Amino acid sequence: MIKQPLWPILKRRLILHLDPILLLALGMMLMAGLIVLFSATDGNWGRVMAQAANILVALTCMWLVANIPLHYLMRTAMPMYALGMVLLIGVALFGEVSHGARRWLNIGVATIQPSELMKIAVPLMMAWYFEKNEATLTLKNYFFAALLLLLPVGLIARQPDLGTAVLISASGFYVLFLAGLSWRVMGVMFVAALASAPVLWSLLHDYQKHRIMMLLDPSQDALGKGYHTIQGMIAVGSGGVLGKGYLNGTQTHLDFLPERTTDFIFAVYSEEFGLLGNIILLAMFLFIIGRGFIITANASTYFTRLMAGSITLTFFTYAFVNMGMVSGILPVVGVPLPLVSYGGTSMVTLLLGFGMLMSIHTHKTLVQT
Amino acid sequence: MNYATSIQTTGIVALPPWRSRMLFVALLLGLCGLVVRAVYLQGIHNDFLQQKGDARYGRVVDINAHRGMITDRYGEPLAISTPVESIWVSPQDVDATSQQVKQLAQVLGMNVEEVKNRLFDTSHDFVYLKRQLPPEQAEKVVKLEMAGVSSRHEYRRYYPGADMTAHLLGFTDVDDNGQEGMELALQDKLGGKAGSERVIKDRRGHTVEDVASIRAPKPGSDLALSLDSKMQYMAFREIKLAVEQHHAKAGSIVVLDAKSGEVLALANWPSYNPNNRAKVELKAMRNHAVTDLFEPGSTMKPFTVATALETGKVTPQTRINTENGVFMVGGRKIHDTHPEPSLTVSQVIQVSSNVGAAKMALSMTPETFWHSLSEVGFGAQTGSDFPGEASGKLRDYKKWQPIEQANIAFGNGISVNLLQLARAYTVFANDGDLKPVTLLRQDAPPAGKKVFSQTTAQEVRAMLELVVQPGGTAPLAQINGYRVAGKTGTAHKVEGGHYVNKYVASFVGMAPASNPRLIVAVMLDEPGGDQYYGGQVAAPVFSNVMGSALRLLNVPNDAPLGNVLMPPAEIIREEA
Repeated sequence: MIKQPLWPILKRRLILHLDPILLLALGMMLMAGLIVLFSATDGNWGRVMAQAANILVALTCMWLVANIPLHYLMRTAMPMYALGMVLLIGVALFGEVSHGARRWLNIGVATIQPSELMKIAVPLMMAWYFEKNEATLTLKNYFFAALLLLLPVGLIARQPDLGTAVLISASGFYVLFLAGLSWRVMGVMFVAALASAPVLWSLLHDYQKHRIMMLLDPSQDALGKGYHTIQGMIAVGSGGVLGKGYLNGTQTHLDFLPERTTDFIFAVYSEEFGLLGNIILLAMFLFIIGRGFIITANASTYFTRLMAGSITLTFFTYAFVNMGMVSGILPVVGVPLPLVSYGGTSMVTLLLGFGMLMSIHTHKTLVQT
Repeated sequence: MNYATSIQTTGIVALPPWRSRMLFVALLLGLCGLVVRAVYLQGIHNDFLQQKGDARYGRVVDINAHRGMITDRYGEPLAISTPVESIWVSPQDVDATSQQVKQLAQVLGMNVEEVKNRLFDTSHDFVYLKRQLPPEQAEKVVKLEMAGVSSRHEYRRYYPGADMTAHLLGFTDVDDNGQEGMELALQDKLGGKAGSERVIKDRRGHTVEDVASIRAPKPGSDLALSLDSKMQYMAFREIKLAVEQHHAKAGSIVVLDAKSGEVLALANWPSYNPNNRAKVELKAMRNHAVTDLFEPGSTMKPFTVATALETGKVTPQTRINTENGVFMVGGRKIHDTHPEPSLTVSQVIQVSSNVGAAKMALSMTPETFWHSLSEVGFGAQTGSDFPGEASGKLRDYKKWQPIEQANIAFGNGISVNLLQLARAYTVFANDGDLKPVTLLRQDAPPAGKKVFSQTTAQEVRAMLELVVQPGGTAPLAQINGYRVAGKTGTAHKVEGGHYVNKYVASFVGMAPASNPRLIVAVMLDEPGGDQYYGGQVAAPVFSNVMGSALRLLNVPNDAPLGNVLMPPAEIIREEA
């Protein structure tokens, strides 16, 4: 047996497919997230450690995915999508109702939320579909791809889970857009969307309508439906330019801020670190997104290009929708702040995406060399 | 037609540069939107939002001030504030199981349904569950640790004297403000000024931190009434007993310090317990002695006689033709129960002759008579400042007919309250000086107002001593060891403008007659038994209360013990 030095091999195996720039940026964001979480939970180490565990699991997933060559990943698109659809239909039929929404499915050993799986599966499926038909793309293909998107989105919106539906729609739309959907079709889609707006409005649940109405004038029901929006704005605004300082946010620590460890954690951060902190945070997001774009631009195949673009843009959408919602320019939909909000599932989904980005970046290099 | 015009059909596809550029621009626009929003919220609009934020947690809360104690003249507490707890709810924060609701209802001693209604009354931010609980009970509630249920400190008024002092003291409402009686009259001094402090409260309304005291609460002052609680007790006990014994509708008694005009006791029956007003009837809450009027009847005669003496038209020995008990004035008959051809002025008082009193009144000008009555305080409030005091009716003399002038001479057609009547008698106790009446303890006797000459006052006092002797109308008013001067009154009540056969029996007297120390006025409204004369029902109350009070004050005797002389036969009754 040829004795090889262990460390170089190990090192190679461990970090070969990780993108150091992305990893550094992600690590900083995750650390920042834990620090803010400590404040948001009023110094609850238990919650912080739980989140750290979530992060470890998610990072492991990321590492695994980063090590999977893209052609293997492509093969999982169809089965993953199919499984997701089955589970979504299962939710619609047998799902458990919690807080007025049917999102969870009890599969005996655990309760799962299939819509999270679809955040990856839908763009993957669509990118795979375009890759397969790359040579002969016609309008028909775009329609079929749109159908692949609309089926799960429709099911998720019905649960109802507007936040996830919006995010998946966005990720799917990015694939369509990047795949070169013509402007004419997009124009028609836009007009159709406008025309169907009244119909969609009537399909919305009352609470969803309220959230949109509240955006227009949150003060009309300051203690009720507008409470989230107003508290978010107040917390952000209270921070001022320099912030109130770490652990000194009054809105947070006096229990005024709702959902402060999850969807509204940006308000906690904003109140304590102020405008300056926000600009730093946005710069970090921009850095990660920029790195995503570089990876996208350097992607070698149609599939990887679509996938990388979609992942990057969806990450941006995540952050934009969350911060927009907290600062009161978008309606309140349940979208967490990526990499910062407390929660295991979305953390795993997100880092899976970044794992794919890394895989796209590093496996391409291998092929070329 | 190939719609995917921009896709190169080579193996490696490149996105058209304008598409990615567009995406990048859109993305940057989005980020710019966020930055602009952040600048707006945090850099421009932040003052407003900070203020809003502060308003959410920074609150200025009142600190209840301790209400001053009311004591009697010796410092015995009559009304004290005890700390209590009020349980309140912030319904939006309530998250209670039905088991918890049941427990809460049990601790509070409330109906489960009612507790539930209040707990879940989300139309309000603040709902009282139950107020003024003893601290131990409130602690049990707090220990249940239910979200949204809190306790706050308050004070509750407690009256150790209960029904004994109820009418005089009045009571406070649940917010500790005086509502009746002296609690109301003295509100400005008793009521403290609530302080305030700035606190930080969390969303559930719990105080997290006291930031700063803005104003310390200013406790109210303790006030001493003129009351003597021992005397009050005796007065209350006797009047209650008399009302019950004589089946009267109500009874009142006033004890005045003859020298200073201080009210030493003032009691009524029926009364109520101010510590538990849940089932009190309204009529039990009336302070008859001050807020209700009655026609005094013969207790008015001494003032008629005094005025006549003062004008110099008569002396105590002047004989008056009493017309064998029937005297016509303006077509109306005035008559006496004990017809006599003639009586001296002293005898008019002693046997309470209406004819004699009427004749004396008619011998003066209406103005003289009215002026004299007005001077002793009839027809006006006494200045006791007791809330709701009735002033009494003394019509303008210019409107008097002779019959009215004659009637007023023996106390018909004029109305008074008992405190007013008792006070008027201070002129006889103080050699002609009328003393102001007060419910607050005085350090020195206030100056009086000269109404009658010393001679007149002493002459009338001597006549009043005859009243309680055998041959007078009130031998039952005598007291062992003390000389007593007083006057009975028995007046028909007026109902619907007519005199009816219902009576107000009264007795007003002073002792020791040689140098009066106390004045006691007793009034019984509608004695229901066969005895209804002032000399029968009111005089014994006077005797008991005055006797005990004099002994309580260690007033030296001015008569040998065993001075009480009862007439052999039935006592002389006055005309009602």
